Amino acid sequence: MTFDQIKDKIASKFPGAITAIDENATPKALMVAADKLSEVCAFLYKDEDLYFDMLSCLTGIDNGEEANTMEVAYNLSSIPFEHAIMLKVELPRAKPVIPSVAEIWKTANWHEREAFDLLGIQFEGHPDLRRILLPTDWEGHPLRKDYQHQDKYRGIKVEY
Amino acid sequence: MSNQIQYRYQKDNLTKSEPNKFKESELKSEEFVINMGPQHPSTHGVLRLEVLTEGETIKDVVPHLGYLHRCFEKHAESLPYNQIIPYVDRMDYLAAMNSEHAYAMGVERMLGITDKIPKRVEYIRVLVAELNRIASHFVAVGTYAMDIGAFTPFFWMMRDREHIMRMLEWASGARMLYNYIWIGGLFYDLPVGFEQRCKELVTYLRPKIKELEQLVVENKIFVERTANVGVLPLDLAINYGVTGPMLRGSGLRYDLRKVDGYSVYPELEFEVPIGEGKMGAVGDCWDRTYVRVLEIEQSLKIIEQCLDQLTGDHKRTKEFDPQALVPKKIRPAKQDLYVRAENPKGELGYFFRTDGKSDMPFRCKARSCCFVNLSVISEISKGGMIADLVAIFGSIDIVLGEVDR
Repeated sequence: MTFDQIKDKIASKFPGAITAIDENATPKALMVAADKLSEVCAFLYKDEDLYFDMLSCLTGIDNGEEANTMEVAYNLSSIPFEHAIMLKVELPRAKPVIPSVAEIWKTANWHEREAFDLLGIQFEGHPDLRRILLPTDWEGHPLRKDYQHQDKYRGIKVEY
Repeated sequence: MSNQIQYRYQKDNLTKSEPNKFKESELKSEEFVINMGPQHPSTHGVLRLEVLTEGETIKDVVPHLGYLHRCFEKHAESLPYNQIIPYVDRMDYLAAMNSEHAYAMGVERMLGITDKIPKRVEYIRVLVAELNRIASHFVAVGTYAMDIGAFTPFFWMMRDREHIMRMLEWASGARMLYNYIWIGGLFYDLPVGFEQRCKELVTYLRPKIKELEQLVVENKIFVERTANVGVLPLDLAINYGVTGPMLRGSGLRYDLRKVDGYSVYPELEFEVPIGEGKMGAVGDCWDRTYVRVLEIEQSLKIIEQCLDQLTGDHKRTKEFDPQALVPKKIRPAKQDLYVRAENPKGELGYFFRTDGKSDMPFRCKARSCCFVNLSVISEISKGGMIADLVAIFGSIDIVLGEVDR
């Protein structure tokens, strides 16, 4: 299926879910509204013509204070049909909350934990949202653009 | 003051910084939590597994990661594209060439110079990447055999891997962390005489594969330790995003070298081996190991074809400059890009976001195959025996450098 067919299929099923299109991205991307994400993803996963059975990558992005947004990008691909798509969801930087897709693709479980750990994005409905790479008592989320590291961690100087 | 020890032991250091998921007070009386790692020889580095057991049976496994976290993604945001390559090497240090290849491909796609790369450069890239794939599989099979009690294969594999390491050292100057594949080209052309020596290496390695098969995968003790252990059904594998030999071991012929056909792989002939359940169920530990052994053979086939091309149509000339297309300034236009490639351990992906204004990526995420493959461990070891946990864990073949990045 081509990108346009996928886009039309989602647009007709969920009017208003697609807020913008980014044809510059590789693979081409759809911007999806955060509150429609769970339904769109479940549809992408289950539909017989789309059948996006593999979530390759889930990336959290902080766009910085100027843009004042955060983003989550989903790279989906379909093994039988060999088509791929990127979904992007924009979130307010002050309160980045997004529904979890860990129930649909189990891969998302650890990826979402990582995005939570490094960027502080909250995934609603995630079964086990803990830090994954950093220690539990670490302060702050390092991949945020305004991150300031703590002076000392358990008596060890952080600045080297 | 300068001699003072920075770190002071406090009783709550472990419990507060990396607490167990299962609290002792909430366990049933027959349950017991065993901690494995981070300093356990079979965890291949520093990984901690929290194992919930009931007698000899595993009820759940919770991996605790991050002991080797080196902030790759944070570093990448403050480095020019070409200076990220050494960091990429250090992710999967057993297959650095493959990681470099994927990374260079991604940046070249952003710059739009993919089609301009000379064929000779592409063939050399595939050649070194496949050599490294063999080296990685040698370590995978060798250490796996050692994990479950056979010591000899490890030494034999290391001996054969040494030849590959020396070849790559000859080409790049480093044994493990090469910085050889550059954006737009290569550090050097192959040294004079490399092709000839490489041909000799292939003839040396061919019988060693047979030897490996007889020594490890057909060994009765090995079969009994691995067959029907840690069975990973295909639908579960796909849902967990498992890729590489693990996915193929579960019976799906899915290889990005074929599916995406990047670089010069479409011009090369090779097969994609899958697990067929010869010794037990499809997708057990034995199948995964056997797929790796078969892949070594296919890699040798690819190397031979590359060598034919490198001594034939695309042979060394005086005018050839592998750095001719290396850009002086790398500043891709504003875009998002996801690139993926087949590493020895699975699908390695990079997500780039560039703002078009700086020489550094705005965001660079590495989708690590080991990280994703490891996440399936609790599913496939549930209900198994504690003694099998090491066998299951070893068959996943992870490198902690890539899990933690």
